[in-house]
Amino acid sequence: MKQDNSILSFLNNNETRAIAFQVITLLIIAFVFYSGISNLIFNIEAREIHTGFSFLSNRAGFDINESMIAYTPEHSNLRVFYVGLINTLVVAVVGIIFATIIGFIIGIARLSNNWLISKLAAGYIELFRNIPILIQILIWYNMALLTLPSPRGSFNFFDSIFINKRGIYVPEPVIETGFVWVLIAVVLGIALTFLMKRHFKQKHSKTGVYTHTIGYSIGLIFGLPLVVFFLLGSPLHFDYPALTGFNFKGGRTFSPEFLALAVALSVYTATYIAEAIRSGIEAVDKGQKEAAAALGLTQTQSLKLVVLPQALRVAIPPTINQYLNLTKNSSLATAIGYPELMSAFGGTVLNQVGQAVEILGMTMAVYLVISLFISLLLNIVNKKMSIKGQ
Amino acid sequence: MAVYEQQELRKPPISQVGIVRWLRVNLFSSRVNIGLTLAALYMLYIIIPPLLNWTIFDANFNFGEFSIFGFEFGEVMATNTNCGRSAACWPFIYEKFDMFIYGFYPRDLVWRVDSVFAMTAMLFVIVRLVRNRKGSAKILLTTFVVFPIVSFYLIAGGVFGLEEVKTHQWGGLTLTLVIASVGILVSFPIGILLALGRQSNLRVISFFSTIYIEFIRAVPLITILFMASFVLPLFFTGGVDFDKLLRALIAITLFQAAYFAEVVRGGLQAIPTGQYEAADAIGLNYVQKNALIVLPQALKISIPNLVGSSISLFKDTTLVLIIGLMDMLAMVNMTANDINWLGRETEGFVFVTMTMWIFLYSMSRYSKKLEVRFSTDHKN
Repeated sequence: MKQDNSILSFLNNNETRAIAFQVITLLIIAFVFYSGISNLIFNIEAREIHTGFSFLSNRAGFDINESMIAYTPEHSNLRVFYVGLINTLVVAVVGIIFATIIGFIIGIARLSNNWLISKLAAGYIELFRNIPILIQILIWYNMALLTLPSPRGSFNFFDSIFINKRGIYVPEPVIETGFVWVLIAVVLGIALTFLMKRHFKQKHSKTGVYTHTIGYSIGLIFGLPLVVFFLLGSPLHFDYPALTGFNFKGGRTFSPEFLALAVALSVYTATYIAEAIRSGIEAVDKGQKEAAAALGLTQTQSLKLVVLPQALRVAIPPTINQYLNLTKNSSLATAIGYPELMSAFGGTVLNQVGQAVEILGMTMAVYLVISLFISLLLNIVNKKMSIKGQ
Repeated sequence: MAVYEQQELRKPPISQVGIVRWLRVNLFSSRVNIGLTLAALYMLYIIIPPLLNWTIFDANFNFGEFSIFGFEFGEVMATNTNCGRSAACWPFIYEKFDMFIYGFYPRDLVWRVDSVFAMTAMLFVIVRLVRNRKGSAKILLTTFVVFPIVSFYLIAGGVFGLEEVKTHQWGGLTLTLVIASVGILVSFPIGILLALGRQSNLRVISFFSTIYIEFIRAVPLITILFMASFVLPLFFTGGVDFDKLLRALIAITLFQAAYFAEVVRGGLQAIPTGQYEAADAIGLNYVQKNALIVLPQALKISIPNLVGSSISLFKDTTLVLIIGLMDMLAMVNMTANDINWLGRETEGFVFVTMTMWIFLYSMSRYSKKLEVRFSTDHKN
């Protein structure tokens, strides 16, 4: 065997090359990081910017008009972070709920055999999907400021909900001692419902006798807590907003910024959810419906047991993805000043403290965690929904 | 013997033909449908007439005097005070039109932007003409390389005796289009590399590509834009005065590359392993295999999704307003702050929305068309 080719064959060896490529990549990445970070440190020192996270405990010094937890300018920057985080979650949850409802209705309407309804749904989708979300937020905000009445001429719903230029005023529930038991009753009710459903399902598969469980479920989930609630002497009352002078006092206020953001996010995301629902239903083979009819299932049974489970398998993953997009888009509140994470912490605190690396890093980390959480959810759903082969 | 006479053909009942039948089937087929139709008509009745009144019938269209073939038309152009507040004041848009399109671009140099627009229109014609010709790939590739460079120098100037126009003067729709096209063109090759990297057998490369793609896709664009405008200059020595537009472009490009990468990866995964194996079997190396066998097929099937991703990028360009660039959306507040035209935000918003909508809607129609053209599966 000749050995003189050994160096050449060593160089041409795929494995050697693979290792070489990876080492080179690592070196390049390490170099970029090293030079970038050393420049960063140099520049930060040259500009005398503070580093580290000690700014979090400093006094914030600015007011936030909308907070779910107690907040005054005396609170720390860390408190601002929490206020922003909670506001982000609030607007995301509200947006997700309404986007799902609107999206579901529009998605079904798109498939309606009523020509007008179907075309209106299509028009809704094409109109709102093709306008950038930031423009929509700004338009809703400007519309709210232009068209809503002053506090004196508020839209009044049952003397408990008021809408005007300064926002929407709703009664605030005030919790008294003993309310915990009502919450415990709710949890218990849900747990019992699961057990009850399992019992009747087993009975169904054993004996073939089907029991309608909806009545029992309502009784357990809503009835049980209600009974507990009244037994304890209604440990909850509402603080109603009332007009005093030029403004409303009491109750909970949602600002026009919140309204504009929530409406824009729901309306925009609903178009994507509607498309997901529609493609889900359309993906169910016609044969499935025919087979269900041939088995003698009623229309409702066919929808509930055959069509929807298959449609949702297609529709749910993109819908969950849209929930993530909605949460990310809520950061556009910066443009109208609703104090969510990006605007209160990544905007105002950043302007005051100037430690961009730390503050933006923390903000990004929050979105990263939310996104990881939603991916986890998606994986669980996908696993549960995947077709179980034999 | 009975005589059978042919009866005259009777017409179908009126309810079974023509428009009546159509109405019965499509709008009034059941009680529920009648209710829905009436509800929908009522909703349209509430929404449409006020909208038409505001935009057209009650709106002000006094664009000033002009003459066609010697005939004088119009009257003195409306001003903010005599325009009225109850309906749209289109003379405002007419007067500020240049601001919405060019921003603060020097007015005597606007022909350069116009010629870029004209070239873009010509580009579409060229693509159509040569699409099915022999050697079209070469022509198209050259055009797509030459066109952006020429356009850039036309807009920016600074060479061939063209006067330089600083980026802070760029604005309006021009800026929106510049950001979108640079974003798409530059992030596309990066996206391909990232996709190949993520699919690579080399652990280190695929690890870093995956981390990058997943990180970028997890965070909102606005955080990356903020990072680029506050932190990025600190990464360079002496890079204290970093061009603002360049920062935004870097952020958008890095952001979009991750999304393109995922689209291309989808295409790569759809290529049957046999193709890879065949390329290996005939002795192609990695670059040849990807450039000649895999990517042409993978990119072709990802075209509809690439267009879809570009549409999101186009929507995202509006975000540069938040870091202080003067794009078309920023022009709304800018023009409505003019002392002569105070409080005309609504008209501005309607105009910008309509413009963006037309762009995005035609792009999405185009992507639907491509999807149909490239789809090979059989619909049931």
